[in-house]
Amino acid sequence: MTTEILGVIATYGLTLLLAWPLARYIVKVFKGEKTWSDFMAPMERLFFKISGIDPKEEMTWKEHLKALLTINLVWFVYAFFMLMFQDKLPLNPDGNPGQSADLAFNTAISFLVNCNLQHYSGETGVTYLTQLFVLAFLQFVTAATGIAALIVVFKAFKEKSTTKLGNFWDIFLKTNTRILLPLCIVIALILAFNGAPASFEGKDTVVTMQGDTVNVSRGPAAGFIAIKHLGTNGGGWFGANSCHPLENPNYITWMTEMVAQVVIPIAMVFALGMFINRRKFAYVIFGVMTIGMIILLIPTMMAEINGNPAIAHMGIQQLTGAMEGKEVRFGPAATGYWSTVTTIISTGSICGFHDSTMPMTGLMELLGMMLNCFYGGCGVGILNYYIFIIIAVFISGLMVGRTPELMGHKLEAREVKIAAIITLLSPFLILAGTALSSWILAHHPDANWAVKPSAWLNNPGYHGFSEMLYEYTSSNANNGSGFEGLGDGNVFWNVSTGFVLILGRFLPIIGPVAIAGIMASKKYIPESAGTLRTDSITFGAMTFAVIIVLTALSYFPALALGPIAEYFSLYR
Amino acid sequence: MKKYLLPSIKLTVLLLVLLAGIYPLIIAGIAKMAPGKGGGVTVTHNGKVVGYENIGQKFTDDKYFWSRPSTVDYNAAGSGGSNKAPGNPDYLKTVAERIDTFLAHNPDVKKADIPAELVTASASGLDPHLSPAAAYIQIARVAKARNIAPEKLKQLVDANTQAPVLGMLGPSTVNVLKLNVALDELK
Repeated sequence: MTTEILGVIATYGLTLLLAWPLARYIVKVFKGEKTWSDFMAPMERLFFKISGIDPKEEMTWKEHLKALLTINLVWFVYAFFMLMFQDKLPLNPDGNPGQSADLAFNTAISFLVNCNLQHYSGETGVTYLTQLFVLAFLQFVTAATGIAALIVVFKAFKEKSTTKLGNFWDIFLKTNTRILLPLCIVIALILAFNGAPASFEGKDTVVTMQGDTVNVSRGPAAGFIAIKHLGTNGGGWFGANSCHPLENPNYITWMTEMVAQVVIPIAMVFALGMFINRRKFAYVIFGVMTIGMIILLIPTMMAEINGNPAIAHMGIQQLTGAMEGKEVRFGPAATGYWSTVTTIISTGSICGFHDSTMPMTGLMELLGMMLNCFYGGCGVGILNYYIFIIIAVFISGLMVGRTPELMGHKLEAREVKIAAIITLLSPFLILAGTALSSWILAHHPDANWAVKPSAWLNNPGYHGFSEMLYEYTSSNANNGSGFEGLGDGNVFWNVSTGFVLILGRFLPIIGPVAIAGIMASKKYIPESAGTLRTDSITFGAMTFAVIIVLTALSYFPALALGPIAEYFSLYR
Repeated sequence: MKKYLLPSIKLTVLLLVLLAGIYPLIIAGIAKMAPGKGGGVTVTHNGKVVGYENIGQKFTDDKYFWSRPSTVDYNAAGSGGSNKAPGNPDYLKTVAERIDTFLAHNPDVKKADIPAELVTASASGLDPHLSPAAAYIQIARVAKARNIAPEKLKQLVDANTQAPVLGMLGPSTVNVLKLNVALDELK
């Protein structure tokens, strides 16, 4: 067990070590300074020329959002039709069928919003063409969308008083060509040379040592797995995601994928400090996020390492911890760490099945997604955290009796209203969704859907309730992991989570960009002795308190019915 | 909106070529130099391919080291775990049955010594590994079935144990397929 814990610590350390230079590089790219990747510039110019875009044209925050939403709409329509008609298109060596309309709706949205909730299984539900030209493509561009929205906020922080916040297309394209693509090539090659498949060959058939005939699904997975993590997407090539021994063959690939999924979110925090030249402000944010992660991580790892009490009760020692739904090459410590990271940063890939984790772990996974701002997804993590900063500034302002200010701009009613709506949105979507599904389960158990409501749940009692709560939490957080026992491949879940996904993605992007844009256009007030310092540890603690109070209070009743009740019934 | 529609479509098409077309081809091309040429690494026995190194196989015969329980029966056309909650009564019944089966085939083993992974299903259903402890515990049975000295089998397990990365990061593992191939090649 010692080596397993050391592995986790080393992986986190490696992430920090790589995040720092990456942050410096990101800042250079978006400040337009010289970098090694300038050889991409001619290609970028060609792209802009063909597309009829002037990358030098500065946009207001409204124009940014219009461009962002338009291109997202194009992707949705494209993805939806590709998925429905994939059986008639080439690159389908395994002869997989097209998706039904409601499944294509859910899949298209889920990848469009960087969530990757998968109501299909990678081996049978999609083709090589749609895996690459729809899903992997969206994994790139949606991560770039999140980062582009964040860079707009960075620019708004930096400027004293402006309405011009850079060019959306320029930021968006450079995120793809300068950050995501080069890093993905490195990661994909590490994976491929450690045994992840990368060729376009279809299923293979082998006769095993004992004489069974089995099939082995393969495909160009390595590149997909790279962007799946780097872009905090999380949708797996194979059904079992990164538990699959071809998707995550050994401990080196485990470390690679683990670093890949959290390196950009951490680097973006460092980049924030460098970009706006307020390093202490970023360090305080980083500190709060890291403490938050550790608070979620320690109970998780302890629960998993100690094993399942019900199995201990049968007289089995479980020296290797809780092993149901886990892989031997990772073990419970690494799987516990992954489950925490993947839920706080909205990746949602898994290296062990969350449905089979201990109740304490389930609680931490749910909380990680409900908070959704400790590091957080590519770009959007800091946007979520920004909303909490706004509320913390507002409350602090009221407490000391001054007009609240942030970055030299007054924070007024309009901005606070937007922040309040965004904060209230998450509990509303999650709890209303869970209530609706519970009601249907209780009152219409025999509704005529592909999976009858009475057959939705894979586990009885409190855990069954958690399966539904988890699905909506994951959708709202754009996370994509699941308590996968849930029978979610039917019209009710496809459509209801589809709407939660859209609202849970775009409003939390629109809100912060709008707030930052409005604030930046206001008159600049130089800092004075009377200004509330947002780069102090006190303010960090204040933000942390706001985060905990807002989320803990909103979700406590639901959590009490799910993982908390399960905990007390299992550890009697 | 209208102003941005055409640029959006054109940029999307260009990025499709770059990110969904060229990028995977580059990776597939370079991966031709990787072990298994990017198609997965196979294991051969008596000149015949008997499986993939990273894809676990079902072993139920007493003369082989068993793999972990699987919910997809080790058919890698699919993958997945049981998704059973730790307190699910049906699930606990299944675990109890697995314990009984294991004890029936391994009469020398004490119940408390059975490693948890031998009675719990893996995440992928294709887990190719066991911990060294889970291999050791099966030595007595395999030794009896094959009439080989247990010490010799212990050496074989140790020879097939993959140490943690750099000797200190992550768990030690034994690849069951490779171990069983080595077992058949013993003599």
